[in-house]
Amino acid sequence: MTKMTYREAARAAMRKALREDPRVFLMGEDVGGYGGAFAVSLGLLEEFGSERIRDAPLSESAFVGAGIGAALGGMRPIVEIMTVNFSMLAMDQILNNAAALRHMSGGQFNVPLVVRVATGGGRQMAAQHSHSLEGWYAHIPGIKVLTPATAADAYGMLLAALREPNPVFIFEHATLYPLEGEVDEAVQLMDITHASVTRPGKDVTLITYGGTLGKTMQAADRLAQEGIEAEVIDLRSLRPLDAPTILASVAKTHRAVVVDEGWRTGSFSAEISAQIMENAFDDLDAPVARVCSAEVPMPYAKHLETAALPKVEEIVDAAREMIARRG
Amino acid sequence: MPQLGADMSAGKLLGWRKNVGESVSRGDIIADVETDKADIEIEVFTSGVIERILVQPGEKVPVGTVLAIIRREGEAAKAETLHAPRIVPSEAVPARPVAPVSPARPSVTAPEAGRVHVSPVARKMAAELGIDLASLAGTGPGGRITLEDVQQAAQAKAAQPAPGPELDRRARMRQAIAAAMARSKREIPHYYLSTAIDMSRVMAWLTQENLKRSVEERLVYGVLLLKAVALALHDVPELNSVWNAGKAVPLTDIHVGVAISLRGGGLVAPALHNTDRQSLDELMKNFRDLVQRARAGSLRSSELSDPTITVTSLGEQGVEAVFGIIYPPQVALVGFGKITERPWSSGGQIVSRPAVTATLSGDHRVSDGHRGGLFLAVIDRLLQEPEKL
Repeated sequence: MTKMTYREAARAAMRKALREDPRVFLMGEDVGGYGGAFAVSLGLLEEFGSERIRDAPLSESAFVGAGIGAALGGMRPIVEIMTVNFSMLAMDQILNNAAALRHMSGGQFNVPLVVRVATGGGRQMAAQHSHSLEGWYAHIPGIKVLTPATAADAYGMLLAALREPNPVFIFEHATLYPLEGEVDEAVQLMDITHASVTRPGKDVTLITYGGTLGKTMQAADRLAQEGIEAEVIDLRSLRPLDAPTILASVAKTHRAVVVDEGWRTGSFSAEISAQIMENAFDDLDAPVARVCSAEVPMPYAKHLETAALPKVEEIVDAAREMIARRG
Repeated sequence: MPQLGADMSAGKLLGWRKNVGESVSRGDIIADVETDKADIEIEVFTSGVIERILVQPGEKVPVGTVLAIIRREGEAAKAETLHAPRIVPSEAVPARPVAPVSPARPSVTAPEAGRVHVSPVARKMAAELGIDLASLAGTGPGGRITLEDVQQAAQAKAAQPAPGPELDRRARMRQAIAAAMARSKREIPHYYLSTAIDMSRVMAWLTQENLKRSVEERLVYGVLLLKAVALALHDVPELNSVWNAGKAVPLTDIHVGVAISLRGGGLVAPALHNTDRQSLDELMKNFRDLVQRARAGSLRSSELSDPTITVTSLGEQGVEAVFGIIYPPQVALVGFGKITERPWSSGGQIVSRPAVTATLSGDHRVSDGHRGGLFLAVIDRLLQEPEKL
């Protein structure tokens, strides 16, 4: 096991893939000379050259489309999109080509494309760089949506994604890049289809993924001080969604709080709530609660941004309220 | 589901005695129903063919629920929608005050009045453990009954021995009597009258009459009292009424309800139908049959729903006079104590006579003491001519 940051873990995975598989290349805005907007690819240009570490023009549609073409042609491209907000420009390529081609060609063509996307707020990047739209991607059949929340997953998931025959989107929450964690660089093929129970508990299930895992774990610590044992589930993958792990936990705790940095309305948290209601209705002792971002474009001002994002206290309150006994 | 007494709000169908397609005639017993007081045989009041059965054995339904549909001879089967059963709640859930929803929660709907909030897992667990949700007070947010509430109730239930079915039945009967009597005393302004009646002629006549009869056919004086009460109602018909929706509804038929104490406690007061029109021998036979069936728990529905006045006699217990509580919706109750030899003034002489104290509990909304006194006087007069009863 090696201690490294989330950013270093993603870089180490790319380096390993680039070294081992000549079909792998990285493409995106400023990934070369600049080392990536979040410095994930820092140093890779020097080691692998501009053929494999390719700076792309400012056109998400063009370079995601080029990635799809390369994947169709037998390559194993890694495409980096600077923020999920910008990925909207590539939505046509993603939805109508990457996700659909295998289906539309009757299985003749597949698109083994890996797209890395920075997501989330908390760094004062305002309304065009800070949103959490991974839930929109999880709506699309034909792609996989991964949300590594730890350095170990940032490493293992990227390598596993490169082995997938179909498009995989990896959403990296931008606040996670500097966080350190233990990484097993010898991991062969990481399981990317199951959620993980990050903390076991019996009183309430806290369900989250990606950037809010840390806040949720802090909330669980706080609840433990009050004698409430929260079970924390890190979803890891939004599509496919590991519903059995969620349902098994709810069957045990009878209560669930979904923590999601996305907006509440029409969101991935709503999908989880609905699945719990559909499949675990008779296990519930309280309505499912959700902690989400305020329904506003992300503010720039620090105090407003903090107010808009899910907070540890909100998670604690939501869990406490559904357990609280009257009188 | 007939209302078999003022204290009955629901009944459990025990079983059907007739099937769909079978012919039934007015007066046939077609089903058995369990009430808090007894298992009752349900009669039909229509002749025809059973077209549909709407309530299955084991179901407990509120009074007024349609149990089955009977098609009269020659009547065509009607469209199903016309016969759709009145929608009734599957379980009578008592209204329960619901705590206001915590303002901290963005609750969209206020809780429905009377609806008990139960979490799904609590509901499931309660069904598995046999816990009555209506008996629980929810301690969850908004007063919701939670899993913990059910588990605690199950523990409490396990801690105490389960009451046997008989004990349970007795407890429920006690509750039913409690409800009816409390309601009566709360709503009915009772007045009480009593008069001592010379029973010497009755006793002498009875001794003579019984000499002519076999042991099984012998009359008891109680039957004469019942007949006298029934006939006296002809003179004071307002006592043969029911109180309904704020006014007295006079009844033409006279069905005296006879209070019968049950072994193991509790009582019922089933009707002797058309008491005034039965001969003493008929009354004797029917009275005996009624007591037997009341104690065996096989009364008929009409016997419980039809009484128009109640007679209670506690002479066997040595009681001198009974001041009873009227059984709603009736408006009068007659009580008889023990027949005792007592000093009696007759023709300027003090003599010893067998006498009984008759009492009237009257509903002052319907009758006054003057009419009540007249009623007792008529009973007295009738009992002085026992041969005419």
